[in-house]
Amino acid sequence: MAGTLAEKVWEAHLVRRGEGGSPDLLYIDLHLVHEVTSPQAFEGLRLAGRQVRRPDLTIATEDHNTPTLDIDRPIADATSRTQIETLRANAKEFGVRLHSLGDADQGIVHQVGPQLGLTMPGLTVVCGDSHTSTHGAFGALAFGIGTSEVEHVLATQTLPLAPFKTMAITVNGTLPAGATSKDIILAIIAKIGTGGGQGYVLEYRGEAIRALSMEARMTICNMSIEAGARAGMIAPDQTTFDYLKGRPHAPEGEDWDAAVEYWKTLRSDDDAQFDAEVVLEAADLEPFVTWGTNPGQGLPLSASVPVPADIADEGERETAAKALEYMGLTAGTPLRDIHVDTVFIGSCTNGRIEDLRSVAKVVKGRHKAESLRVLVVPSSARVRLQAEAEGLDVIFKEFGAEWRNAGCSMCLGMNPDQLAPGERSASTSNRNFEGRQGKGGRTHLVSPLVAAATAIRGTLSSVSDLDLPEAIDITTFDGSPLDGVGASPLGESVVDLPMPVAIGSGASRPALG
Amino acid sequence: MEKITTHTGVGVPLRRSNVDTDQIIPAVYLKRVTRTGFEDALFAAWRGDPSFVLNQEAYSAGSVLVAGPDFGTGSSREHAVWALKDYGFRVVLSSRFADIFRGNSGKQGLVAGVVSPEDIEILWKILETKPGTEVTVDLEAKTATADDVTVPFQIDDYTRWRLMEGLDDIGLTLQQADKIAAFEETRESWRPKTLPARHLPAVEIEAARPV
Repeated sequence: MAGTLAEKVWEAHLVRRGEGGSPDLLYIDLHLVHEVTSPQAFEGLRLAGRQVRRPDLTIATEDHNTPTLDIDRPIADATSRTQIETLRANAKEFGVRLHSLGDADQGIVHQVGPQLGLTMPGLTVVCGDSHTSTHGAFGALAFGIGTSEVEHVLATQTLPLAPFKTMAITVNGTLPAGATSKDIILAIIAKIGTGGGQGYVLEYRGEAIRALSMEARMTICNMSIEAGARAGMIAPDQTTFDYLKGRPHAPEGEDWDAAVEYWKTLRSDDDAQFDAEVVLEAADLEPFVTWGTNPGQGLPLSASVPVPADIADEGERETAAKALEYMGLTAGTPLRDIHVDTVFIGSCTNGRIEDLRSVAKVVKGRHKAESLRVLVVPSSARVRLQAEAEGLDVIFKEFGAEWRNAGCSMCLGMNPDQLAPGERSASTSNRNFEGRQGKGGRTHLVSPLVAAATAIRGTLSSVSDLDLPEAIDITTFDGSPLDGVGASPLGESVVDLPMPVAIGSGASRPALG
Repeated sequence: MEKITTHTGVGVPLRRSNVDTDQIIPAVYLKRVTRTGFEDALFAAWRGDPSFVLNQEAYSAGSVLVAGPDFGTGSSREHAVWALKDYGFRVVLSSRFADIFRGNSGKQGLVAGVVSPEDIEILWKILETKPGTEVTVDLEAKTATADDVTVPFQIDDYTRWRLMEGLDDIGLTLQQADKIAAFEETRESWRPKTLPARHLPAVEIEAARPV
């Protein structure tokens, strides 16, 4: 029978098919653990006298609570310190590999798996974190789980799950210059809504997706959860294999050949049936920003803050009015006129090396707007090292940005990196919920390019708004494409990037249904 | 897990849609390492507002939350369910739940029942007109009753069975230990193992300092 990518991976992990309404039992290939959602799971094991069934399929890192300054000193916040120390004690007691703060392999859990080569096509990957969907970029079935499920996987290496529905999201054509994979996913969420993906595994396909680098694909899959989906997937291809080859845990020799042969079969069959389909034209996209308090409340940067009275649906109208009140925005204000106080560049969505490179390219030789602060937080210690090897840290510091150690940081403000009440951010992260980045903080989700341009101008901006955009050095540092910008077709390592162009108000906008 | 077949308690109308898990429990409360004691964290950002529904005496002892659509979206934090349970909630009714939240609820004995938007509106009107009205939730019949109105709710049969039997998921799965072991025998050798650990050379990480 013809199958979708998600169904193929699902079928390959069936320990037992559910009968009479009971769920299927699925084997889990890789379990990622961090300090926030694991302590109660380990406690549960201890109370029940259970062991971790497969420590060799489990890896832990410290990310949510970790400070991004003074990491060689004791963590000042006592409760954060307790949570980290609890993870360290649990990892030791149960024999789980842990990359602690200060270790070169420490970082956000969704960066650590891919960079070590542990995340691969065709795996089932789980973590007590909703952004586990990131790993779907490799063609893995990857999803976030709650703490009870963390305990379940630790004890049994399986999960009872009811099958998901499948949704194909096809992005045709070529992205215009200045638009990135972040803009694709923000546009998708604005189109289908924060609940539009509920119950579904999303599969992103089409020419625009194929053209994306591995990291740009991770950005898209990362935010699948913001559309309510359990997982997002992209079929593996040469881009995936090239990214994986030679990484520490990538298969070698005959194993590599066998793996690639299998991975090439991991695509939805031409006649596979999806439960739902969505189509976008990449050419319609431009930089997207959110104006409200959920990730579906996004618009092209050339638009204005919506007028709630114009919204037909009563629920949406009330939600929009509440969002504007919280955000301190006036209906009808051009988005480009919104002043921000803080620019945050980082997170599992956009804290990878390509993101840092694209920001560096825009800000090189410039200085940030005086009134704002700029935080650059690499997604892992290795990403930080790589950036420093390329001299990006110097560019950021000369720009006036703060160059921090790796972690989740201001994406969710569990560590000291928070917004003050009323403070407004342009953030490359994934959630603009009320209070997400600090109590009373106001978040606009943006791409790394928009974050960089905004940091220069002080108001929400795209690269095309800058003075002398032609002065931006668009030759790449190592020949690899910017995040989603003019990314090369398969196999080419050097690309000729087009100049970012201003998109006039007459440009077509994606349909927001 | 405690068995639950019927529950009767004060209904709390939460007239908001898209109540995400950051609203249910802000991240700052996630630092605890225990499974209990999260009652103070529930809806923390709203609890300071005297007009918030739980700050009104008639609703403060509520145990059946009647919420707007897309309840529990966002983060996978199970703390959201713990906070609701620690406060005293046993049931949440909404026209649509986020998947992870609904899954977490089932595992912790919190009933997450899907009620049509029209019926949610009816329940809201009753609970707002007569604050303190009790709602009876019957898992056997899959109904919620307030005053003289009874509305149906949906919940998947497996979760319902586990809630009614009070069954622990891990115990159920461990009955399949032989099948799990047999499956492990068939796994291909290219599939990754985290141990023994392989990584790039260890490098000293310099600590960033405040500017």
